[in-house]
Amino acid sequence: MSVGYFALSARSGPILDLGKLACAHVATGRGVNSTEMWAAGPHDGGAETGPEREVRMSHHTGVFSRLARLTLVTCVRGLVQAVVSLAGLVLFFASVLSVLSLAAGIGILLAPKSLLAVRGLASTQRRWARHWSGVTIATPYRPRPVEITNGLIGRLQRCKWLLTDPATWRDLLWALAGVPVSVVLGLLPLFMVVAGLWTVVADGGKLLFGWWNTAPPSFWGQVFFLGMLPLAVITGPLLLRAHAWAAASLLAPTREAMAAQVGQLAESRSQAVDASAAELRRIERDLHDGAQARLVSLGMNIGFAEQVLRDNPDLALTLLAEARTSSGQALAELRTLVRGIHPPVLAERGLDGAVRALTLSLPLPVDLHIELAGRASAPVESAFYFAIAEALANVIKHSSANRAWVQVEYHSGRLVAIVGDNGTGGASLPPGGGLRGVERRLAAFDGVLALTSPAGGPTLVTMELPCELSLART
Amino acid sequence: MRVVLGEDLTLLRDGLIRLLTAYDMDVVAAVDNGPELLTALVTHRPDVAVVDVRLPPSFTDEGLKAAIEARAHVPGLPVLVLSQHVEPLYARELLSAARGGLGYLLKDRVSDVRRFIEAVRTVAGGGTAMDPEVVSQLLTRHARDEQLRCLTPREREVLALMAEGRTNAGIATRLVVTEKAINKHISNIFTKLDLYPDEDGNRRVLAVLTYLNA
Repeated sequence: MSVGYFALSARSGPILDLGKLACAHVATGRGVNSTEMWAAGPHDGGAETGPEREVRMSHHTGVFSRLARLTLVTCVRGLVQAVVSLAGLVLFFASVLSVLSLAAGIGILLAPKSLLAVRGLASTQRRWARHWSGVTIATPYRPRPVEITNGLIGRLQRCKWLLTDPATWRDLLWALAGVPVSVVLGLLPLFMVVAGLWTVVADGGKLLFGWWNTAPPSFWGQVFFLGMLPLAVITGPLLLRAHAWAAASLLAPTREAMAAQVGQLAESRSQAVDASAAELRRIERDLHDGAQARLVSLGMNIGFAEQVLRDNPDLALTLLAEARTSSGQALAELRTLVRGIHPPVLAERGLDGAVRALTLSLPLPVDLHIELAGRASAPVESAFYFAIAEALANVIKHSSANRAWVQVEYHSGRLVAIVGDNGTGGASLPPGGGLRGVERRLAAFDGVLALTSPAGGPTLVTMELPCELSLART
Repeated sequence: MRVVLGEDLTLLRDGLIRLLTAYDMDVVAAVDNGPELLTALVTHRPDVAVVDVRLPPSFTDEGLKAAIEARAHVPGLPVLVLSQHVEPLYARELLSAARGGLGYLLKDRVSDVRRFIEAVRTVAGGGTAMDPEVVSQLLTRHARDEQLRCLTPREREVLALMAEGRTNAGIATRLVVTEKAINKHISNIFTKLDLYPDEDGNRRVLAVLTYLNA
């Protein structure tokens, strides 16, 4: 590293000239990509405007220290890629061995660990590709299934989840095939810098101190090796980007996976649209037949009472009493409707408070375990609240349970709710049923719902949804 | 006066029966769905039908459809349609079956009992009762109509009241002028809109509504 600094701050002739050449190349903007790449360096304050760049250009030291830093950073990054790819090779062999040992049983413990390590490595490389070269590689993994439990069965489920995901195998392939790519592309910038510097140091040393040189390169040989220095400056970031593209070829989702995902999204979106249209229709019906009708009847009664007040005060009194009842009922119906659209307590207290309030109104004891450090977005809260409400309504309607429990937690970016009961079990998800509606509503947020209900119970409804929590609103 | 009532909400059906009975009308049938309404209208041939637009089983415009169909079987059957919202399209469909009394009112109007009963009687007598809301929507739709813009503000006021189905005397009382003045306005309106001024009351209203609905 200190060698690099020495080289580029040294004012020796040829390097300076070639350095200028490199600057000129960049400044003409022939490679817009390379300037962008450089501007994206970690020491950079942001995009530079033209005049600013020119001011810098006139300031040789500034430009050179910048170029030196960038080249140095590139070399280090290349080196890191090469070393990490070798570590990946170790993980590759570990994974292959653990998968092979699945038959022996021990693999059940080891395979998920090693495969997840490979996955972690691949994710790191995706992140580097984005931060270092601006190459965005989408994450191809299938979502972790909801049903994963603890114990042996859970481990088997994890194995199945990992082994059936094609992305796992592509990660593994990259861990192997990526090694030569990473080593060559990663070490090339460093090699060029070292080769160029060596020429400078060796020849300069001979000139100044009379160092012995085994095979004094010819003049053109010296030009060739010196040329590597500016070449490293120019091509370093390009090589890094080439590495990112190579990684993308295996680490990005395949076309089929993308197509499948698009299909899934289109379906969940149309389901969400259907669900919300049905919901609006229900609200319109409720208003039309409920509060609106009561208000009409209210008006009719009052009008009628007005007409008969003088001739038939008794009838007028009856009509007015009916009108009062009607207005009370209209209000009650509006309240119910509002609660069905968005419960006020949900707006005021969030999911935690709303679920608590909900369980208070139920005819059976519900154990609550809610751990939320913040609040999810309003649509997510609402979807989750109604999901829990529907699950609890099913408990009361169908399970003949005398106890239920609700657990709501947030961890690793996912909101999870489990509604369970000690009832008779044997529940299913009939098409058109309430839980199917919940499933559709959650699907709009990439959420999932799972039901386990063996005959004899207990029944568990698990709902999971990826989201972010904001700090508790006041 | 014999009335057939089509209203699916018990609360309103009972209220309307009580109201109509109190004003000496005989509710010969009160039904809560479209098919039964059609049967009742054709069998009873009432003096007037009071019908909710939205009825089961489809909960769409079942009541309106049953009324229009009944008019095909019983020509000139007077129909007063009640609705919780105003839809000029429905008014147009009713008018297309234009013979005999017609009415289209917001349900809110029942709270003005006297006028509501008056409307029922007008329709039963072969007249027209259009909700001011329908008329004003129709007029808004014609805001850029060249011929309508020729009308003076007063004439437009008279036109709106006429479209609601009021008599000349009724309009005169409402605008606090003499009936003679109203006659003059009306003949002006008819000249400006190329309508025939010598029509009798109801056909005159229908001509106006048809003009607005075109």
